[in-house]
Amino acid sequence: MRQGTSHGDIVVTSRIRLARNLVDHAFPGWGRKQENEATLRVIQSTVESLPQLENAFSRHLNKLTAIQKQALVERHMISREHAARAAGSAAVMNQAQSISIMINEEDHLRMQSIQPGLALRESYRILNEIDTDLEQSLEFAFDKQLGFLTACPTNLGTGLRASAMLHLPALMLSDQVNQVIQAVNKIGLAVRGLYGEGTEALGNLFQVSNQTTLGDRELEIIARLQKVIEQIVNHEKNARQKLLSDNTTTLCDQVGRAFALLRHAHVMPSKEALNLISMLRLGVDLKFFPSEFVVALESLLMEIQPAHLQIRADRKLPTQERDEMRSQIIRDRLKTLPKPNISNALQSLDQGSTHPTEE
Amino acid sequence: MTCDLCDEKASVFLTQIVDGQMQKVNLCETCAQAKGVTDPTGFALADLLLGVGEEDEKKDDLELGGDDTSVSAPSIAAETADLDESITCQSCGFTHAQFKKAGRLGCSKCYQIFGSGLDSLLKAMHKGTHHIGKVPSRHQAVVEQRDELENLRMQLEDAVTREAFEDAASLRDQILKLEAEMAQLHSEQRTNPPANITS
Repeated sequence: MRQGTSHGDIVVTSRIRLARNLVDHAFPGWGRKQENEATLRVIQSTVESLPQLENAFSRHLNKLTAIQKQALVERHMISREHAARAAGSAAVMNQAQSISIMINEEDHLRMQSIQPGLALRESYRILNEIDTDLEQSLEFAFDKQLGFLTACPTNLGTGLRASAMLHLPALMLSDQVNQVIQAVNKIGLAVRGLYGEGTEALGNLFQVSNQTTLGDRELEIIARLQKVIEQIVNHEKNARQKLLSDNTTTLCDQVGRAFALLRHAHVMPSKEALNLISMLRLGVDLKFFPSEFVVALESLLMEIQPAHLQIRADRKLPTQERDEMRSQIIRDRLKTLPKPNISNALQSLDQGSTHPTEE
Repeated sequence: MTCDLCDEKASVFLTQIVDGQMQKVNLCETCAQAKGVTDPTGFALADLLLGVGEEDEKKDDLELGGDDTSVSAPSIAAETADLDESITCQSCGFTHAQFKKAGRLGCSKCYQIFGSGLDSLLKAMHKGTHHIGKVPSRHQAVVEQRDELENLRMQLEDAVTREAFEDAASLRDQILKLEAEMAQLHSEQRTNPPANITS
């Protein structure tokens, strides 16, 4: 499993996605089974022969169980829509799980490149190379006026969705998230909570992405997103400092409760786990805990996901068993985590304690 | 509120604005169904209403999960309402009615058929209606040539207006030369088909 290197205590990952379709083939949503399978054959062999995808994990979706597909969704390798498909669709990803290509999702090709931290340009550079390589052997549907042609008009033009996953616990705690979201929406970017149903954003994780794909150059879209993310990061940093200086008790309470529950609970539902781990992560960032625990927290977020648990147990698990197993894994991972060191956290107040995010 | 057609309790409320005139209609479930008001493919009126409402909502929502916003089918219905419903894509058989319902198209050729109705939709959806980003290398030469051709034609028009007939003649020759080159490139590309063209 890919271990995230942690530059970005606030920007968790950056992702670039490109949508492409072939000429003379119906889009996957409209094509009949045989058509889609034919398209799949053409694309899959070309994709697998890319140097960037040597020794790739490459599967037809009907050869994967529902739980396996769900695990790929949890790792952000395929979308939920893709997981719902079976025959006629496939997923190809590199060993590092930094590149994944969905064949016959909404479009014939949905390729993505993911990097830890704020690394939009680098992600784009990697994916752009793949796109250019692929177009040598595949004829992409393209129109001079409308750009790359996609099944849905929302993806026309560049076919580019650039996004970053942000961890914003301080903005949530100080009730400023909605303001940030509205400001970001005005610029034409979208903000979404990463997990859960309804309007709660679980784990204080948000995805910021561009909404429009036509009428801008790719690098302009990315530059605009980058700028906005840097501003959000600053807001989060300021909110953290403010919490530390003006709301110390609230902060210590949140961190303390997270510590106590994660270290000692024996039944841990998924939702609660995400929120508590978020508080613990904030605690590490603010020096309540030693920084070496960042890695454990990052991998915990993946390990405790429902499909991951069931793969680990090698069978389907009902909710209660998952919640017990989850708490077990958490207790094991965090058994050497010391109590929150409040004086240590307060010491760093004047220095601006959080690590700088880099590109 | 009672149904305008019978006297049952109304549960379907419609407002139609045509040429600045607002018409309100209240129907009960039965009459609504009888009038085909619940048929999604033929119902431009509610689509219009729904389209406007939904778009505003989506902006404030914290949408969760999922990868992309997909354009709401009702707003497509609203924007392409004047396009001929019977239009079908020759390549894949996709119809305008299906486009309205699904919000997506059937194949890349569909854009040639339905393209004209999309203009206002694209204006609402995107930053611009003209692609200025990456061009696949296969198309690069063609795009550059087309731009150059357009440029030369404009210059020709201008020269004629200014009565600079020598310039005009020279430009005309350049245009003819470029058109010949483009025809050549076009036939070359056709004889070197890439992997996915099976014919």
